[in-house]
Amino acid sequence: MDANGPGYDDESGAPPIYELRLYLAGHSPKSVRAVENLRRVCEEHLPGRYRIELVDLLENPQLARGDEIIAVPTLVRKLPVPVRNIIGDLSDTEKLLVGLQLRTASGRQ
Amino acid sequence: MAATMHPPGTAPSIRSAVAKAPTGIQGFDELTGGGLPGGRATLVTGGPGSCKTLFGIEFLVRGAQEFDEPGVLLAFEESAADLTQNVASLGFDLAGLETDGRLVIDAVRIDASEIVTTGDFDLDGLFIRLASAVQSVGARRVVLDTIEVLFGALGDEAIVRNEFSRLLRWLKDHELTTVITGERGREGQLTRYGIEEYASDCVIVLDHRMQDEIATRRLRVVKYRGSLHGTNEYPFLVTDRGLRVWPITSTSLTYAVSTERVSLGVPPLDEMLGGGVYRGSTVLVTGTAGTGKTTLAASAVDAACVRGESALFVSFEEAPAQIIRNLRSVGIDLGRWVDQGLLRLWGERATAFGLEAHLSGIERLLEETEPTVAVLDAVGSLSNVGAEAEVTSAVVREVDMMKSRGITGILTSLSHDAQRESSSVAVSSVVDTWLLLRNVESDGERNRLLFVMKSRGTAHSNQVREFLLTDHGAELLDVTVGARGVLTGSARLAQAAEERAAAAERSAELERRRMAFARRTAEVDAEVAALRAQLATESAELDLLVAEESRGVSARAADRASLARRRESGSAHAAPASRDG
Repeated sequence: MDANGPGYDDESGAPPIYELRLYLAGHSPKSVRAVENLRRVCEEHLPGRYRIELVDLLENPQLARGDEIIAVPTLVRKLPVPVRNIIGDLSDTEKLLVGLQLRTASGRQ
Repeated sequence: MAATMHPPGTAPSIRSAVAKAPTGIQGFDELTGGGLPGGRATLVTGGPGSCKTLFGIEFLVRGAQEFDEPGVLLAFEESAADLTQNVASLGFDLAGLETDGRLVIDAVRIDASEIVTTGDFDLDGLFIRLASAVQSVGARRVVLDTIEVLFGALGDEAIVRNEFSRLLRWLKDHELTTVITGERGREGQLTRYGIEEYASDCVIVLDHRMQDEIATRRLRVVKYRGSLHGTNEYPFLVTDRGLRVWPITSTSLTYAVSTERVSLGVPPLDEMLGGGVYRGSTVLVTGTAGTGKTTLAASAVDAACVRGESALFVSFEEAPAQIIRNLRSVGIDLGRWVDQGLLRLWGERATAFGLEAHLSGIERLLEETEPTVAVLDAVGSLSNVGAEAEVTSAVVREVDMMKSRGITGILTSLSHDAQRESSSVAVSSVVDTWLLLRNVESDGERNRLLFVMKSRGTAHSNQVREFLLTDHGAELLDVTVGARGVLTGSARLAQAAEERAAAAERSAELERRRMAFARRTAEVDAEVAALRAQLATESAELDLLVAEESRGVSARAADRASLARRRESGSAHAAPASRDG
């Protein structure tokens, strides 16, 4: 892993765009909570630098296989690489930030 | 051979009310009375390398190929490519089945290091994947291999446990027959995460252990709700046609039986057995070293080939070429039958493999050769391979294999102690005919005796016979019973010579008497003839006298008449004149 953390693109120096995909199964309370939590954190920490794609596996079950999804909700950080999987309704903001590598486990940004 | 021959396992020996999904795994369905509980989940657990994945895959492959039940494999540990490659050597074409739409392999890759959990979640992703796969092929069978990976990877054990339980309910609701593999836990736990409490219908434990430096795989049905099942540990084997379980104690005794007799190639022995042994029965030949067990077995094989039947001769002690050479010295030419393709000679050291591999090999030979007579020489050699009880069970299984195929089996076994009438392998109770060969030592030589210890369904002879190996095969001789008991070898010959001498003497005496009588008869006849001759002479003399006398009377009468005439004429004659004077 990059010593500076992957939050910054070393070559251009510009902060990278976050490409996020959130896998859900229907409109369960868990799904709704996960979407709300994700939008809130992104607006707060990645304003203007993120794209969120929502995938409902009930509508596209075959997509579960492609991204190796077993649990829902699962948030996949497609970019920047490496791909990260974050499972759960994203209610623990600290863990979400660590998972997105917007913050290290010790709490530094 | 009777037409109603059951292959093993077709006659259901275990009944139950639970619908069964046959696994197609050789021997397994027999011991569970038909397979796994249909529409329910079965836990298959075992240590690393215990073949639990293979069990699951064979369950799917056989289901798709033989029972028209497509399947889904959710693989948590290996990639689809790895799995396909691993089982290709067992003849399982996973890729082909996938192409034909009878199987879906979904390899679920979980990398715990890439996963962060935050907050509540469920396993709907997995459910959706599974449901989609099941739907795509109309699956009736599911294998989850090894789902315990989820417990380690997803962290929150309470959620995973709850979801796992929900998954099993879902599988049951959809009446999917499921195999869940699990890793054996420490300290006697069936599984590492205790998932056995969820799979409550059927639990199977696989084991792979070393015993006396021989690796043996074992299978045990720990639990089978609503069904009787064999409770023993059953050895099993990975063959090139999949798993093979050996359910010895569940083998039902449903052989077809024949009343036809077949010759063992030694006519006097056939006679002792009432015309030979029944076709499809099993003959055990025991004896100490060098008593002619192999030769006797070879005679039976030779007789079968003479009848034009195919035969199999398996030796655990000698190489085929050596068997042919040695038997030629007693006038049995097995080489010609090998050349004609009637006989298959197979030699291998029993110690080369474990008992299960050995059994599998024998079964393969029986299937390939389809003999009517098969010889296993000598089953005692297996004692080097396993513990006594295991060897006995292996031999019993060999007997079953032959009987179920209607093959007349001949087993030889070395017994070490001539006085103890037992073989080194305690199988005498499962064989139909037991021939005991014994060496007796007397007058500075060893001779062989043959006893018929038992022969089921036969009024067999209670006589002891002397067994001879001649340059034209095995022969049986009636033993001579002399003043000192049973006589064999030169003692028998000496006794026979004495008897011949006595008989010769008796006949010479008779001849002498007969000649004396003849002589006496001749003498008497001669005397009678002489007397008759004398009598005849006397009779002739008498006749002569009678004749002379009658002639004299008539002459005198004539004289008197002539004299009278002369006197009447007066002419004197000198002679008649004297009458007047």
